[in-house]
Amino acid sequence: MTDWPAVLQIVVITLLVAGTSTLIGAALGIPAGAFVALKKFRGRNFVRTLAFTFYGFPPVLAGLLVYLLLSRSGPLGALGWLFTPMGMIVAQSVLIVPIVMGVTISAVMAVERRLHDTALTLGADERQWRATAIHEARVGVVTAVMVGFGRAVSEVGAVLIVGGNIAGQTRVLTTAIVLETSQAHYVEASVFGVILFVIAFAIFAILQRLQREGTV
Amino acid sequence: MSIARASPLPWPGFISKWRLALLVATALALAGIAVSVESRPTVSLVLATTTSTRDTGLLDYLDPIFQVDTGIQVQYVAVGTGLALDMARRGDADAAMVHAPSLEEAFMAEGHGLCRSPLMYNRFLIVGPASDPAGIAGTANATAAFRRIWETNSTFVSRGDNSGTNVKELQVWALVGYRPSPANDAWYLESGQGMGATLTLASEKGAYTLTDDGTFYALLSSLHLRIEVQGDPFLANHYHILVVNPAEHPNVKAGAARAYAQWLVSERGLALIADYEIAGHRLFTPEYQPGLPGEC
Repeated sequence: MTDWPAVLQIVVITLLVAGTSTLIGAALGIPAGAFVALKKFRGRNFVRTLAFTFYGFPPVLAGLLVYLLLSRSGPLGALGWLFTPMGMIVAQSVLIVPIVMGVTISAVMAVERRLHDTALTLGADERQWRATAIHEARVGVVTAVMVGFGRAVSEVGAVLIVGGNIAGQTRVLTTAIVLETSQAHYVEASVFGVILFVIAFAIFAILQRLQREGTV
Repeated sequence: MSIARASPLPWPGFISKWRLALLVATALALAGIAVSVESRPTVSLVLATTTSTRDTGLLDYLDPIFQVDTGIQVQYVAVGTGLALDMARRGDADAAMVHAPSLEEAFMAEGHGLCRSPLMYNRFLIVGPASDPAGIAGTANATAAFRRIWETNSTFVSRGDNSGTNVKELQVWALVGYRPSPANDAWYLESGQGMGATLTLASEKGAYTLTDDGTFYALLSSLHLRIEVQGDPFLANHYHILVVNPAEHPNVKAGAARAYAQWLVSERGLALIADYEIAGHRLFTPEYQPGLPGEC
């Protein structure tokens, strides 16, 4: 455990992959979730159920699908993203978008009904009412992002298959734990686990602070 | 109060703060991606290989020296031989370092390989608990030992993952004339994992397993297992280096892969392999013969 530059590299790659996946998950999942919550359309309940079903989507299955997609023999093989952080971000985004979307739907729907009449009484038009609903649901929306990040940073199946656990390139904390455990290096595996926990704690502390400031 | 807060609608002021946070986060992520893309060495190759070359530390020892010599970085993905060859077959790897000659010959016959060179060998060992319930310690014949394990229904852990070690194990069972399966034989377990994890499993269960000697010596200090059977010529474990055929897979970096293969079988590469030791055990013995048809 003396190779601290290598450990730092693993931490940086972990944050890069999980962070970018979470951003993509938020950028796509929040608007999609808000849309489903605020717009009445045919099949809305189906979309909601689908989003919640994807909560339980096994990461290894997402990994397999993205692996086949990005393989040089697959449809997107020309990108050359297999065994790169880009490929891992794609795989994790597939997992995170439905999670952020699902939690956002719940959060916005919870305030939507309560707000609707009040806002219209106060003279808000449809657009303003929607904006207010999203704003009032902001605590829940940040929770959605936190749940998404939690999934990304703790997930091992997809990044292992799509990333290949290449040292210095695609090795993240979770795959490093798998590797060290398989070699009976339990101390190293545990140290990686502690680092993962500390990082997650720090990120969640920041997000929660943001959440508190949003509610004041 | 709540009416005062709801009107005028707080949308613009509130969101701009969040928009700023999002902007900063996005900029950081993009910078991160840019740096990681930029810092990728210009010449690199993906090597599909087996868990044993990783778990013994051989690749972490050889590849940095190769990079100093040639400037080419090797990124290896360590899986079972079966999967490693399939990665190569799909064009996802540029080269493969594997140890299942029967699978490799099929791979070459399908036209997926540009060239294949014999590289080195190590030995398979039958390892087991000190209590030795099957009484096979000191047996020189792997087939006889496996038959004893079967007859005594002693617990045996198979890799069960189509790896080179798994293929060799099944070849020994074929010589015994009995193919155990987890469905019919409670004593026969399939781990589905790499060699290191399988050895740990065998150690915890007091079971026998077939292992390459390199991984066994590398993990010996954490295992409650000992060598029961060694020295059967059938237990030699031959490694080859294969370069993926660019005619089949145009994206493959055949030049870099071939440079790697040729460096490995050069005098320098073979000497480095021969010098590699763990705890005083030489793990791999070079066995390159120049002039074979189809060599790299």
